[in-house]
Amino acid sequence: MSEHYPVLLVVLPLLAAPICLLLRHGTASRILAVLVAWTCLAMALEVLNQVTSGENISYMLGGWAAPYGIEYRVDALNAYLLVIVSVIASVVLPFGETSSDLTVRTGSLYLYHAAFLLCFCGLMGIAVTGDLFNVFVFLEVSSLASYALIGLGKGRRALRAAFSYLVMGTIGGTFFLIGVGLLYQKTGTLNMADLAVRVRELTDAGVGLRSVIAAFAFLVTGVSIKLAVFPLHQWLPNAYTHAPAKVSAFLAATATKVSFYLLLRVLFGIFGAAFVFGTLRLHVLLVPLSILAMFSCSLAAIYQRDIKRMLAYSSIAQIGYMTLGLSTNTELGLTGSIAHLFNHALTKGGLFLVVACVAFRLQSTKLEDWSGIGRRMPWTMAAFVVGGLSLIGVPGTVGFVSKWYLVLGALDAEWLPVAILILFSSLLAVVYVWRVVEIAWFREPPDDVEIKDAPLSLLLPTWILIGGTVFFGLYTEITIEVARKAAGLLLGVAP
Amino acid sequence: MNAITEHGVYWLCIALMMTGLYIVISRDHLVKKIMGLNIFQVSVIMLYVTMAKISGGTAPILQAQGSESGEAVYSNPLPHVLMLTAIVVGVATTALGLALVVRIQLAYGTVEEDEIVRMDREDPE
Repeated sequence: MSEHYPVLLVVLPLLAAPICLLLRHGTASRILAVLVAWTCLAMALEVLNQVTSGENISYMLGGWAAPYGIEYRVDALNAYLLVIVSVIASVVLPFGETSSDLTVRTGSLYLYHAAFLLCFCGLMGIAVTGDLFNVFVFLEVSSLASYALIGLGKGRRALRAAFSYLVMGTIGGTFFLIGVGLLYQKTGTLNMADLAVRVRELTDAGVGLRSVIAAFAFLVTGVSIKLAVFPLHQWLPNAYTHAPAKVSAFLAATATKVSFYLLLRVLFGIFGAAFVFGTLRLHVLLVPLSILAMFSCSLAAIYQRDIKRMLAYSSIAQIGYMTLGLSTNTELGLTGSIAHLFNHALTKGGLFLVVACVAFRLQSTKLEDWSGIGRRMPWTMAAFVVGGLSLIGVPGTVGFVSKWYLVLGALDAEWLPVAILILFSSLLAVVYVWRVVEIAWFREPPDDVEIKDAPLSLLLPTWILIGGTVFFGLYTEITIEVARKAAGLLLGVAP
Repeated sequence: MNAITEHGVYWLCIALMMTGLYIVISRDHLVKKIMGLNIFQVSVIMLYVTMAKISGGTAPILQAQGSESGEAVYSNPLPHVLMLTAIVVGVATTALGLALVVRIQLAYGTVEEDEIVRMDREDPE
C-alpha cells in the first residue's frame, strides 16, 4: 500500500472534490475534506520518513517507464513540501465557523469545500510530480480553484481581486506553458530528471542556446508571477486582503511556497546552478529585486491600515528573503531559503488565523478598530505577538533560524553589504509588528462593546501553528537537517 | 527576409500572442480582457501544434504491411495531446472569468474596469 502513497496524495483530494458536490451538504462535505486532509498528512509524513531514511521514491503512473510515462518523483525537498501543504490544510480546514466571512449561502457550503480540495490537490500535485507538463496542469488546477475561493470573500472588492488575479495568473501559467514547449522542442522530453541531463548537454555544448535561454526566461517569468516576486506582485495584496480569512491563511502559507519550490526545481533541477548563475548570471537581476522587495514591501506594510493587507505586503518581503537565499548559490543560503519556506508557512499561516479570530468577533480587520483588543482577547493577541516575533526573527522562534542561515549564506558568498541589509530590513518588521501590538495592547478598548476571546475551535489551530514556530525555533535540527539535505540535492547532481 | 520566410508560422504565433496580450493590457472592458486572454492562449496552442507537424507527416497509426511504399513519416502526436489538456484549461479559465464578470456586473452595475476602480476609490468601506 505505502508504495502508492505518492499518487494517492493527489488522487484522494481529486476524488473527494466531486464527492463533495454529490453530497450537497455543508457539514458532511466539511467532514470529508478534513478526513482527506488528515489522511494526506499521515501519508506525507510516511513519505518523508521513507525519503529521509533511504532512497528517493520514483512512482511510474500506469506502470509506464520514466521518460515516456509520467513519473512522480519524491526526494527530500518534495517530501518536505508535501508535509507543509498537508499540515496547513489539516489545521486550517477544521478551523472554526466557515460561513462567517463567505458570501456563500449556508446551503451551498459544499461548493467551497470542493474548491478547497481542488486547490489542495493542485498544490500537492505540483509538489509530487516529476513531469514538467504535469506541473502546468496542477498549477492551473490550484490557481483556478484559488481564484474561485478568493472570489467568495465578503464585499465586491473580492470579485475584482479575484478577476485581476485570474488575468495575471493565466498570463503566468501560459508563459510557463510556452517555456515547457520550447524546452520540449529542444530536448524531446518532459520528464524533469531527463530534461536536466539533456539541457545540460545542450548548454555544455553551447548549441541551440537561444531557444534554451528563451525557454528559461518564459519559465522563470511565469513562475515568478505565480510566486509574486517583486515587481510582479501587484495581484497579491488585493487577493489576500479580500479573500475569506481562512482562504488567506491557507494560500499565504502554501500557494507561494509551492511556487517557490517550483522556481527552485526549474533553476537548480532543470537548468543547473552552473548555467543559471555562471552563464546567465541571474543573481545580478535577482539580488537587487529581492532587496527591493524586502525594503519597499516592508515599508509599504508599515503604512497599511488594514491588517490583512499589511500581512500580505510582509509576505512579499519574505519572498524577497527566499529569492535572496537562492541567489547566493551557496549551500548555506539555499538551506536558509528552504528552511524559511517552512518557517514562513507556519508563521504567516498562524498570523492570518489570528486575524481570522479577531475578525470573527469584531467583523473588522481595520487597524483602528483593534484598539485595546489585546485586553479583550488576550489569547488571540498573544499568538499575534509570538507570530510577530517570528516574523522579525527573534531568537527562540523559527524566523531567527532561517534568517541566521540566510545571513550565513550571504557571508559565504562574500556579500557583506547584503548580509547587513538582511539584518537592517528585519528592523522594518519590528516597526509594522509593533504598530499592531501597540494599538492592540496599549490603547484603551472602547467601553461600549463587550467582546469575549475567540472560541476554542478557532484558538486551537491558531496556537498549533504559532506553537510550531516556537517549537521548531527551539528544536532547530529537525527542519535544518531536511533543508540541508534538500539544498545538497539541488546543488549536487541532477534531481 | 530569410528569417521571416523560414519561420513564417512562428511569426504568426508571435503576432497572435502580442495581439492577445495587448488586448488584455489595453482594454478596460472585462469581457474583452477575457477575449484577449483567449487569443493569447490559442497562440500557444498553435505554437505547440506547429512544432509537432512535419510536412507530409501523417497520423501516427501503424500502416498495414505492404500498403505503403517506402517509409511513412509521422507527425509527433504528443504535443497535440498536450494541447487537448491546454484547451481544457483555457475553457475552464474562460468559464471562471466570465462567471466572475457576471458577479462583478451584479455587484458594481458595470464591467468597465476604470469605472470599477473609481467606484472603489469613492467608496471608503
